[in-house]
Amino acid sequence: MDVKVELRAGEKVKLAIRNLNFFYGGFQALKNINLDIPERKVTAFIGPSGCGKSTLLRTFNRMFELYPDQRAEGEINLDGQNILTSKDDVTLIRAKIGMVFQKPTPFPMSIYDNIAFGVRLFETLPRDEMDERVEWALKKAALWNEVKDKLAQSGAGLSGGQQQRLCIARGIAIKPEVLLLDEPCSALDPISTGKIEELIHELKSDYTVAIVTHNMQQAARCSDYTAYMYLGDLVEFGPTNELFMSPKKKDTEDYITGRFG
Amino acid sequence: MSDKHISSQFDAELSGISTRVLEMGGLVESQVGQAVHALTHLSHETAAQVLVAEERVNSMEVEIDNELWTIIARRQPAARDLRLLVAVSKAIANLERAGDEAARIARTVQRLINAGVSSRLRLPLGDLSYESNLAVAQLRKALDAFARLDVDKALDVLKSDDQIDQEFEGLIRKLITYMMEDPRTISASIDLVFVAKAIERVGDHAKNLAEAVIYVVRGTDVRHNSIDSVESKLR
Repeated sequence: MDVKVELRAGEKVKLAIRNLNFFYGGFQALKNINLDIPERKVTAFIGPSGCGKSTLLRTFNRMFELYPDQRAEGEINLDGQNILTSKDDVTLIRAKIGMVFQKPTPFPMSIYDNIAFGVRLFETLPRDEMDERVEWALKKAALWNEVKDKLAQSGAGLSGGQQQRLCIARGIAIKPEVLLLDEPCSALDPISTGKIEELIHELKSDYTVAIVTHNMQQAARCSDYTAYMYLGDLVEFGPTNELFMSPKKKDTEDYITGRFG
Repeated sequence: MSDKHISSQFDAELSGISTRVLEMGGLVESQVGQAVHALTHLSHETAAQVLVAEERVNSMEVEIDNELWTIIARRQPAARDLRLLVAVSKAIANLERAGDEAARIARTVQRLINAGVSSRLRLPLGDLSYESNLAVAQLRKALDAFARLDVDKALDVLKSDDQIDQEFEGLIRKLITYMMEDPRTISASIDLVFVAKAIERVGDHAKNLAEAVIYVVRGTDVRHNSIDSVESKLR
């Protein structure tokens, strides 16, 4: 399905997806997706389980390549460069396009090293600069005040919400351009969720954010654009306030009003 | 896909609140009719009934508002459901005001009777009755459009609004003539100017209700537009 949307004046396309098809072996999970993700905005992906939204997110940094029998066809242009055919080292792409998963995934190491680990892969920083970077990332992720006195303790000892913010801090510590969030709040309580949503709002002044969520109110609250997907098709894409107030497609309306199925 | 929600309780809440709006609308409709009947028959008793109904209308507005807030807080409605609830909120505000206009007319009737105005004084009551029939018909049509979420019917209400406005202007000209011909009618005629204005406002409230119906169904805000541009927006 072809979904055209005009970005607002002054908005630049960060990720341009063209004719993207994705296969799990013989099963086609994404069908000819065309989509422009604007820079420094939050774009939310909603849709029922199995609609392809997480799959789509995982193509943006070639995460799918970790698995056999999965392939993507088409173009995903990051600032005009197709990352699917790029000769660059895939870790460099993932440095530009960071990802945070549904379940918090702290490394089994200290809070400090959880963040420094990723940075060391790309940069060699003197100790004081690394300290600054860790503090900066933790402050950005709204976690600094809660952990500044226990940086040497294990990341696994934090609460779920704190662990997720630690993962976000780890994601932004290497200064990516795009941050992909795959259901970042599904395992969190409302207060931690609120903090992460607040964080998302702050992150978009520096980063392009794409978030997959099952929680429609969350998409409505924290995104600028929303895409509704169903069975591998992009059904509707548009400014969030329009999509939640007056969606153009009946299928979208049925889904967001709970009439689905 | 079905028009039913996964939660049938939510369906019941939405249809319940719509029914209450229609109930309130029916009450206001008969209230306006009664008020004008009280005027044309100079009936103290009917005027009193209008004022009793006014209390009922007011408390219905508050009750429906409470239901509305509960649904919004508990269901976090979106899209069409949210538009419907916003329209309910507007509808009851407009109906309550239309009820206020009926009460205003009833109080005018009581004042006229107390001032000793009798049917012997020649006044254009028939014209007022005609104007009010138009307004009540508009209100009924708007409520019908709301009940069936019928855009065509709502559009019809917007198209007919001009008629009441013209009738109102004609009535004012007529009342001015009466006042010039017989200064004894001045006091009562001024009261009737306000009654005519009240009826005209009932028509405006019907129009607002019809606009809300269009918003529910199409998601298009057609307020403050000429009828031509409304039609082109809906095409």
